[in-house]
Amino acid sequence: MKMLCKGLAFFLLLACMAAALTGCHGSNGLQSFSVPDEFDDSRAYEITFWAKNDTNKAQTLIYEQAIADFQALYPNITVNLRLYTDYGKIYNDVITNIATNTTPNVCITYPDHIATYLTGSNCVVPLDALFTDEKYGLSGSEVRFDSPALEEIIPQFLKECAFGGHHYAIPYMRSTEACYVNKTYVETLGYELPETLTWDFVWEVSEAATARDADGNYRINGQKVMIPFIYKSTDNMMIQMLRQLNAGYSTEDGDILLFNDTTRELLNTVAEHAGTGAFSTFKISSYPANFLNAGQCIFAVDSTAGATWMGTDAPLSDISEDKLVEFETAVMTIPQFDPEHPQMISQGPSVCVFNKDDPQEVLASWLFAQYLLTNDVQIAYSSTEGYVPVTSKAQNSAEYLDYLSRIGEDNAEHYEVKIKAASLLLDNIGNTFVTPVFNGSTSLRDAAGQMIEEVTKSVRRKKVVDDAFIDALYSDMNALYRLDQTGSAGAAGKAELGPMPQTSVILLCALGGTWILIALYAALNVLRRKK
Amino acid sequence: MKKLLAVMMAALILICGVAMAEEKSEGVMTYAEYAAAELDSEVTIETYVQAKQSWWEDNGQGLATIYTQDQDGAYFLYNLPCTAEEYEQLAVGTKIRVTGYKSEWAGEVEIVDATFEILEGSYVAEPLDVTALLGTDELISHQNELVSFKGMTVEPAAEGSDAAFLYSWDGSGEDGSDLYFNVSLNGETYTFTVESYLCDNTTDVYAAVKALKVGDVIDMEGFLYWYEGVNPHITAVKAAE
Repeated sequence: MKMLCKGLAFFLLLACMAAALTGCHGSNGLQSFSVPDEFDDSRAYEITFWAKNDTNKAQTLIYEQAIADFQALYPNITVNLRLYTDYGKIYNDVITNIATNTTPNVCITYPDHIATYLTGSNCVVPLDALFTDEKYGLSGSEVRFDSPALEEIIPQFLKECAFGGHHYAIPYMRSTEACYVNKTYVETLGYELPETLTWDFVWEVSEAATARDADGNYRINGQKVMIPFIYKSTDNMMIQMLRQLNAGYSTEDGDILLFNDTTRELLNTVAEHAGTGAFSTFKISSYPANFLNAGQCIFAVDSTAGATWMGTDAPLSDISEDKLVEFETAVMTIPQFDPEHPQMISQGPSVCVFNKDDPQEVLASWLFAQYLLTNDVQIAYSSTEGYVPVTSKAQNSAEYLDYLSRIGEDNAEHYEVKIKAASLLLDNIGNTFVTPVFNGSTSLRDAAGQMIEEVTKSVRRKKVVDDAFIDALYSDMNALYRLDQTGSAGAAGKAELGPMPQTSVILLCALGGTWILIALYAALNVLRRKK
Repeated sequence: MKKLLAVMMAALILICGVAMAEEKSEGVMTYAEYAAAELDSEVTIETYVQAKQSWWEDNGQGLATIYTQDQDGAYFLYNLPCTAEEYEQLAVGTKIRVTGYKSEWAGEVEIVDATFEILEGSYVAEPLDVTALLGTDELISHQNELVSFKGMTVEPAAEGSDAAFLYSWDGSGEDGSDLYFNVSLNGETYTFTVESYLCDNTTDVYAAVKALKVGDVIDMEGFLYWYEGVNPHITAVKAAE
């Protein structure tokens, strides 16, 4: 019996050690978050907020104002703002900080990025319990500001933040892409803008605009430079074209469908028009807005959140006044294959909350994140660009409706192109879509855009783009972005943990061995008693 | 006579030195050939590292952005594939052979999608005073070179402001962001930049620009970068001599 007790004690010790070791593996050692019953406001909290702005002073000021207003309501919470101008940089910094458990508390992000953050389990707080918490949830009884109810977040935008069975973010702002058109040049070329742009129309007009005179100047603008069609985000370009054609991109589980025959046809079309100089990209040539405003581009596709840079009277501009050209700007949906059923991407920043050892600190973070959904913040921030608020509470407010109605009153807050861009999305929320989110979806998106970049560059460099080229491109993209390693195995919440550490293997073997010895000991005892 | 001989020998050594430094390998373009090459064409040049702007990793591939120059002109290398170890070897003055594609982005002519190898040889450029070329068509022929500007006056960084610099172009940044400041000469105002990847907030030039006051008269050095017009990346600032 003594031996059995010793064996059991040894087993218990091993079990405790195993629990300690396996609990750390694949995570940053954090316990899953549970909403505290009460927010302890007798304590002081210092939280960090990593935010992205579009290199726009007005947006920076709104973040600062939001923090000041929030801190006035919660004097025990200090919010430290860190500003970024690039989602990619935030993503890289978060990844770096996950390893050292020094993530920010609240972070502007994209759902694609969160899917990667989730490979550190319990790293990002699932928000479902917080949404519905009676006291501190959306419009909760103990919340000290007028926050929206859950049903007042535009359902489509909220859904974009759900994957792996949980909501890991709240939408903050939403935008889509728009085609900013030099209507004056389109009409000068003898065309009339259709109600909905089609790809055929854009390619045809773009080709017509490449005609030059005997001196090498483009006939349409009399300049040496004209790139009729420039696309800012070629990843979006490929994704939206495939979606409009109902062609493969990926499954919900993350199986890669991008490298298909439709993609091949699209790349051939891109090559054709890049070869004539009718098409280029931001990465290759520069910002579409700069070319558009200089009369060197006719169709500039960029985010609706870039609207303040578009047009002769744009409040923001990177080119000198002497380069600006007078023209009428039309703000249209991106080109479509089926204009009767337009489809366009939904994009824009979301906000996630990172988990911490102290649940009270997480609750403080959630309260601040929730504050970003108040009408004050939503309306102010969305008005800085062609964003739209993510709550019906803000969208239907008198203040926001008044803002929209004053379109064109000035070239600043009520800049016509900006409000038209926002209205474009408001009118098309039902026509927007997002791509599946999984661990690796960021890489797939990169690959989709990079193929357009590679084809465009190659044609400009007089290389032949044919089936062999595209076959090689598919292979290169697959390897570069490790797309054979994405998919359901790395899906949200199901982190690939890799081979088990040797210590764990030894421990588990020891446990198994102990059980066998215990069983043998017990069996021998039984046999002895029978004898 | 001795003095004359000494001067002649010094001149000879100098000429030989320059000739050796300028020697290009077979198949390598001179700067003039590079300047004449069409955009999107393949180019091979030999050049010398003058400053390193940044190194980062994208999908496991290290990428470096480097200011380089030979005795005849400058070459900006953008996102040059390069390991971290190779990047460390690229000290100022290092000679490299680069093969890539000539490209233009927002007016900045650069070499992209390139490969490189380190060669024997060293050259460090002296800044060329281009103050008198500001506002002229000739300035662009010195694009990307190490240059200096003398006796320019600091102007308000934004209309109606008495600040001498902004974090980011419109003040939307914070400490660590690029610094933008305006300087004038003969009634014309130009926007210069401290590029934070090239000179971060721990550098002397970053501190010097943060300490500027409107009305200060300063001398500057930097690289003649282009973004929709001249946009020098300033690396040194001091009170005008």
